[in-house]
Amino acid sequence: MSQKKNRTELLHQTYVHSLKIERRWIRSYQAIIFIVFFSSWELASQKQWIDPLLFSSPSKIWLLLLDKLQDGSLAANIGVTLTETVFGFILGTLLGTVLAAILWWSPMVSKILDPYLVILNSMPKVALGPILIVALGPGYPSIIAMGAIISVIITTIVVYTSFKEVDPNYLKVLRTFGATRLQCFKEAILPASFPTIISTLKVNVGLSWVGVIVGEFLVSSKGLGYMIIYGFQVFNFTLVFLSLLVIAVFATIMYQLVALLEKKIVKE
Amino acid sequence: MSFLQVLDIHHTYFTKTSATTALSDITFKVEEGELISLLGPSGCGKTTLLSIISSLLRPTHGTVLLENKPISTSKRQIGYMLQQDYLFPWKTIEENILIGLKLSKQLNEKTKSIALKLLNQIGLNGVEKQLPKQLSGGMRQRVALVRTLATEPKLLMLDEPFSALDYQTKLKLEDLVSLTLKDFGKTAILVTHDIGEAIAMSDRIFLFSPSPGRLFKTFHIPEELRKLSPFETRNHETYSKIFQTIWKELESLEPEKE
Repeated sequence: MSQKKNRTELLHQTYVHSLKIERRWIRSYQAIIFIVFFSSWELASQKQWIDPLLFSSPSKIWLLLLDKLQDGSLAANIGVTLTETVFGFILGTLLGTVLAAILWWSPMVSKILDPYLVILNSMPKVALGPILIVALGPGYPSIIAMGAIISVIITTIVVYTSFKEVDPNYLKVLRTFGATRLQCFKEAILPASFPTIISTLKVNVGLSWVGVIVGEFLVSSKGLGYMIIYGFQVFNFTLVFLSLLVIAVFATIMYQLVALLEKKIVKE
Repeated sequence: MSFLQVLDIHHTYFTKTSATTALSDITFKVEEGELISLLGPSGCGKTTLLSIISSLLRPTHGTVLLENKPISTSKRQIGYMLQQDYLFPWKTIEENILIGLKLSKQLNEKTKSIALKLLNQIGLNGVEKQLPKQLSGGMRQRVALVRTLATEPKLLMLDEPFSALDYQTKLKLEDLVSLTLKDFGKTAILVTHDIGEAIAMSDRIFLFSPSPGRLFKTFHIPEELRKLSPFETRNHETYSKIFQTIWKELESLEPEKE
């Protein structure tokens, strides 16, 4: 009997151990890809296999990073872009959810607006950029609007679909207690859709970055998008790559924060 | 002057291509404190009738009177229990059982303590702060019963409330629900497709025939069985006799199919 138990324990230990080893392999392959990519980039650039003027090199980008950190211009530009993105992202998600709530509230409105939503969703929203800049002026408002407008329609559609898919029996329970439509929304529809809303947040993080960077391309005065367009105009591709890498880092951080939020909320 | 009067109910569902009559010519009366079962094959409009009685659905024709007043104005007098518990998974047990009181703005210290006491009476201690998923199926259905009773409805609708449970839990809950309803003197209408459950639980059984749903036959359960608990009824000698009678009637409802 105890022998059997010992055997199970032993098997469990081997299993846990094999999981650990697998994880170690995955991590080391990830590290190898990272190192190989950057070192071959560096090597190719130094040996002039690729045009160093066009493709720059990791060491040049690193030096420029230190330089820009020292004069404070990088931090300022990051601050600008990050603020715009966060606001655009929150605004897009909130507006989209409110619109979805309106559509749920009135089935008539949702039937009437259906074709318009389809058109708006298939339209490339960045094309509205010039109009926004003229209407709101070349500054924060128009860029935040870009960040928001790009995600608002898709949020509306996804969240509205999830509102509609809430099990009607939950509503039946509430209606037997004499609940009004607002109470039904507050007690059942909205909380049941939280997981969907959070997962649209994840998509919206990426979309808002697109909107904001394109907005900064157009306005060209501050931010990481401006750094890219400026680097391109003066043919300083080290600056372009630096901005790209910084964007990659911050977009990832934002995504991870949302993922963390999701874990916290959906767990409950 | 019956407690509940269902008068000449017709109901038809409309779709683009068809009009299906779900209920036709339904009239019956229920006295206060009675437990009625609606028995019948699926598709005979039992759930539709429950929805109409609880004023969730407006019938195409006919009226329902509760204490001689039309049911639509007597809202919040009816409790509804569904096939599954439908407890809100993001609310604690306490929030779940208080939702009815909260929605009808009756939530105060007194009604709250009554509801929590009811939870204890039904054999659930120390689960107030837990989430529904931490409880077993039988426990959750009991919480759903407390939620339904918390608003002190005069009339209870039980829409196959035991059908999602395993057999043992089902038998235990039948006893518990029957006892609780008798204790509180509640009037209830139970929808079921289980003949045994109908005999064990109710005072009268209404047998429905399908397409369109009609009241086919009424069975009165003898006094000696009505006094017993559902579990004891199932073991009583007259139980199987009644079962046979109803079984034959049910058979006669669907001869063409074979």
